[in-house]
Amino acid sequence: MTRYPIIQVENLVKKFGDFTANDHLTFEVYKGEIFGFLGANGAGKTTALRIFCGLSRPTSGNIHVAGFDVYSQTEEIKKNIGYMSQRFSLYEDLTVRENIHFYAGIYGIKRKEIAARTKQLLEELDMEPIANKLIRGLPLGWRQKLAFSVAVFHQPGIVFLDEPTGGVDPVTRRRFWELIYDTAGRGITVFVTTHYMDEAEYCDRVSIMSEGRIEALDTPDKLKRKYKAENIDQVFLKIARNK
Amino acid sequence: MIKEFLHILRDSRSMVLLFGLPVAQILIFGYVVRNEIRNVNIAILDHSKDVVTREITQKIFSSGYFHLKRELNHPDQIKKAFQRGEVREVIVFEPGFGEKLENEGTAQVQLIADASDPNAASLVVNYTSGIINNYVKDMVAGNSIMLNLTPDVRFYFNENLQSVFMFVPGTIALILMLVSAIMTSISIAREKETGTMEALLVSPLKPLQIILGKVTPYIFLSVINALVIIALGYIVFGLPVRGSFLLLLLVNILFILLALSLGILISTISNTQQVAMFISMFALMLPTLLLSGFIFPIDNMPQVLQWLSNIMPARWFLIIIKNIMIKGTGFLYIWKETLILAGMTVLFIALSVKNFHYRLE
Repeated sequence: MTRYPIIQVENLVKKFGDFTANDHLTFEVYKGEIFGFLGANGAGKTTALRIFCGLSRPTSGNIHVAGFDVYSQTEEIKKNIGYMSQRFSLYEDLTVRENIHFYAGIYGIKRKEIAARTKQLLEELDMEPIANKLIRGLPLGWRQKLAFSVAVFHQPGIVFLDEPTGGVDPVTRRRFWELIYDTAGRGITVFVTTHYMDEAEYCDRVSIMSEGRIEALDTPDKLKRKYKAENIDQVFLKIARNK
Repeated sequence: MIKEFLHILRDSRSMVLLFGLPVAQILIFGYVVRNEIRNVNIAILDHSKDVVTREITQKIFSSGYFHLKRELNHPDQIKKAFQRGEVREVIVFEPGFGEKLENEGTAQVQLIADASDPNAASLVVNYTSGIINNYVKDMVAGNSIMLNLTPDVRFYFNENLQSVFMFVPGTIALILMLVSAIMTSISIAREKETGTMEALLVSPLKPLQIILGKVTPYIFLSVINALVIIALGYIVFGLPVRGSFLLLLLVNILFILLALSLGILISTISNTQQVAMFISMFALMLPTLLLSGFIFPIDNMPQVLQWLSNIMPARWFLIIIKNIMIKGTGFLYIWKETLILAGMTVLFIALSVKNFHYRLE
């Protein structure tokens, strides 16, 4: 399988005043992989993610997402990515169906197609009985699945997930990852930030960030071998201790 | 891409909520601020007790506005009656009132009002003197002699009956401000709070589209609100629109745009609904209420506050709509104020765009 990079990052620097949130990040993410972006809170994960999504501008560096430049082609980038934040970004006072329609609408999907695909999606998620219920009344796990499905509804090349599993119990998390695998199987690149180290095991490759720098980047297995650790959690601790 | 309709659809629920509020507001304001008096307790000190004073007294009580609580015999009793809070006004006829009026064509009647509530006092006084003047006019009609009755009014406040017309324009300003600025700022802040704003920002929608989408429903809502208030003002309170209706509508839309741009500006500097709410309340509602001339006349304010009132959009808006509605003047008379409003709108929009971009950095 030829791997071709869908996200290219060269020397990404983001400063807020004197504080350097991202310190010369350089890496590539390949098409179709699940890329885990790990780090403690405040390590600079979200900052970098926001830059890739066009929500924030880098201070310097050469960054391309889906082949588009983050400085000048944010519009194109936005059309080609999906995004799900830790807050799920659903409208609580709208129904499941209305949320799907709304987000599909803002990505410019045709009305006919929306209707057909909504039906299909609701079937896949087993959400037909609650399609007309307000989001407010739904349990967190369902909202999470829905938020994710909405984020990939327009079939983007990449989907960015910002701590998608925050506040959700392990069983629900497990199910959510199955959904992520399905998506990756359809050729959508998944870029996921998390601070749950066990989730890192599910990723094809992970990068571990600390204080604005990428300290390690490889497949979970290779990282474990390299650091002689049993799991990614230990890898992470060793990296943190070596500093 | 005209997906803004979806935004409207999405807002539909809160819109229903928002609709009841302004209508209730109009009616509450209408009836509370409506300076009407009914069954006010008054006392009469009649030194004269002749046919004329009795007729006048009768006329006053048959009007339905007043209720005779007490007949006084001595001036010393006046103060006591007020202190006990029994009466709001005392009418004093001078001795030989009717005689004087007939012979000399002039007589004195004194109206003394309890000014601890100045607005009510001046209203009561106005109503009373109105009734007395009417009586005198009737007398003149049936009499060849020129009569001259001078009510000597104390506690005279510069409010006159015309100010009743003031509250409809004021309510329009207030409600448009409320719906447009406050609701917009809160709804945008809510999007930020729930994270949906982020989702919109990463979508291919341009910031301008997002804002237009948020704002369009409120423009509709506000225009309808303005129309409802004007209609209610006409039907319930008898306030005519003497000037051009089209002009009135256009000015209203201008003010709505102004208020919306203020709302957007507020939302760019506040991240939560509460903050947006507070800023709106203190920076918009109260000044609009207090400094625009809606309730308190600007001419009576200290110099500093008068200057401050110059930056109140509602102040200029009030001048304009009063001109159109009550005086029936055309655009020539209000272009200056309109220009000020337009200028403010442009300024606020520019500021919010600048803020919006800054936030993205």
